[in-house]
Amino acid sequence: MNLGSIIESGLKEIWAHWFRSLLTMFGVILGVASLVTMSAFVKGKENLLKDSLAESGGLERIIVDDNDDLPDYQKHLEDEANGMTLKDVYALQKNAPLVHSVTPVIEKRSYRGSLRVSRKGKRVRYASVKGTWPSLLEIEEHELEHGRLFSDMDDLLANTVCIIGTQIRNDLFGEYDNQGKEIIPIGEKIMINYIPFKIVGMFKQYMSEEDRKKKEEARAAGQTMARPDFRAAYMSGDRQSGTVMRIYSMKNSTIMIPINTLVSKLDSAYDRGSNMDRSLSKVAMKIYDVSTLEKSLQQVRNVLMQTHKGLEDFEFETQEGFAGDINLSIQNERISGMFIAGICLLVGGIGIVNIMLSSISERVREIGIRKSIGATNMDVFLQILTESIVIAVAGGIAGLIVSPILVNTLASFADNTTPPVMTAFAMAVAFGFSVMTGSLAGLFPAIKAAKLDPIQALRYD
Amino acid sequence: MPFLELRDIHKTYHLGGETIRALDGVSLDIDSGEFISIIGPSGSGKSTLMHILGCLDTPTSGTINLDGMMIHDASPRQLATIRNKKIGFVFQFFNLLPKLTVRQNVELPMIYSGLSGKERRERAMNSLSSVNMEDRSKHRPSQLSGGQQQRAAIARALVNDPRIIFADEPTGNLDSNTGVLILEMFDKLHQEGRTVMLVTHDPEIAAVTPRRIEIRDGKIANETDPKLAGNVPKFAQVTDIKSQKTPDMTS
Repeated sequence: MNLGSIIESGLKEIWAHWFRSLLTMFGVILGVASLVTMSAFVKGKENLLKDSLAESGGLERIIVDDNDDLPDYQKHLEDEANGMTLKDVYALQKNAPLVHSVTPVIEKRSYRGSLRVSRKGKRVRYASVKGTWPSLLEIEEHELEHGRLFSDMDDLLANTVCIIGTQIRNDLFGEYDNQGKEIIPIGEKIMINYIPFKIVGMFKQYMSEEDRKKKEEARAAGQTMARPDFRAAYMSGDRQSGTVMRIYSMKNSTIMIPINTLVSKLDSAYDRGSNMDRSLSKVAMKIYDVSTLEKSLQQVRNVLMQTHKGLEDFEFETQEGFAGDINLSIQNERISGMFIAGICLLVGGIGIVNIMLSSISERVREIGIRKSIGATNMDVFLQILTESIVIAVAGGIAGLIVSPILVNTLASFADNTTPPVMTAFAMAVAFGFSVMTGSLAGLFPAIKAAKLDPIQALRYD
Repeated sequence: MPFLELRDIHKTYHLGGETIRALDGVSLDIDSGEFISIIGPSGSGKSTLMHILGCLDTPTSGTINLDGMMIHDASPRQLATIRNKKIGFVFQFFNLLPKLTVRQNVELPMIYSGLSGKERRERAMNSLSSVNMEDRSKHRPSQLSGGQQQRAAIARALVNDPRIIFADEPTGNLDSNTGVLILEMFDKLHQEGRTVMLVTHDPEIAAVTPRRIEIRDGKIANETDPKLAGNVPKFAQVTDIKSQKTPDMTS
């Protein structure tokens, strides 16, 4: 008996009981669909988290922060600790060859009240003013879309120029003008603590791929994006993907100015000593290669121990923890999803065993007849096994067809979650599992049918 | 050398600690082209004998030589092949698969011998036309009368061109007129040179065959062999059945 006629007779048998077969398939359909859906959502989340890791500078970024909490044996020297200064930055530039670029950052945030960013009576709700060097752009993965960077000369002369994020623009100028064109306020003035600053550049708008797509669709439909960015950011602030959203919204709310401008124009208490002693919020740096992270950290540490006279009043902040968290949470979600989908498939498999057993007990006589006209035990075995595999394969295909619908439906219900990403690999795995389920489920009934004694089977009513 | 040669066949069953001797030392020679009936009351062992001859079962002891093959110790797989190629079965309850059409039923044995779909269809139609059933090929068994179903079953038995045909109470489920038609059909097959074996409990049906073997308590009790006795029964005798009672339904 050739394979074609076995499959043909299997299909006939399934068609003869199509409703029963459909119910049986349902378990497999659910199993496959849930496996694909689960993996699509986890993959989507993974992509977003990885994007945001890259967006915040990748693994190469290292931040050196002040650490007020000195080790116990240095507690009595607390007064000597004056944190990170420009001296450290210059020292690192010269003496830490594993560091690619290093930049000082002094950050002032508007929501603490010490800073006010405004224009013509409009005020920015949240802004982070960073006095820094242009190389911060590279370290924090900023991209200038309009205008220019500030120059070394701007820094030297403490010019009141700034580069703004799109959220600042949205708050002070609006996003689109009356004709629906994007407003690019290069050359305009904004007030930072009542001091006029000229906008020389604007970053591109940072957003997830999904938001970008939505925005483009909205624009294509002729509507302006009614919802301002910050709302989504604040709304989703406590959601699962909050961290990610916050990274985008914080980058959009940045105002970058030369560090000298910040120190000389915005520091209220600027009269103490030179700029070199002004303590920095942090020192941001990028190393050449992630594989030398440990060595680079040691190098930076050695340099800083020198400039800080042996006081450990600084600490490192790397992205390794973030990357580890991403991997861990993705792994956990994958395992739990696999478990649920596996149980679905198991239940589907038990359903197949059940239906095949009842099917062969209905067909004892048929099996007897087939044997009497020359079917071997192997023929009968293959026939029953094929039927069960056909059910599982059909269920698997149906599950694959259903899963994009399921994914899209779920994604449209949950507006703010990460966009799911369906992968061919996940679909292949799910389909493979369904075929395996069918084969295993058919095994026992097929053996049982093959073992039937033809004489007994022919007498059976 | 005879076509079928049985030597000292024993078949014992064990039922609840009791040993049942279904066949107790049967020896038999059947030549190619013979028309034989095996008669005996129910429980006599005639069905067991037919099952063993038909390769559905193997004897506990003894030897069987079917067309040069020793089938008493053949493997299940070999037996299945012999059933497929050399043997055709006709049953009392027709045993057609209800979900398949008549033609598909007739095609079944050829599926197991691995013929292509086109050849299967051709041979199935030939076989059906030999029993005058070609116009019913697309019907399901449930749409046919008993006689038509039995003819379809005969077509199925013939389709692989077997050397021997076993019919187990082939008229048991038919009215007497139809039964006679079916028996005539077997006679025709015999005329064409096939070996045909009827198994029945009814002596009047057995009377159509030249050679009759009576089984009782697992042994051959009586044998009517035209070669020995010289009395060749006329087929005409059977026509009397028409006017008689319908055959007993129990076998």
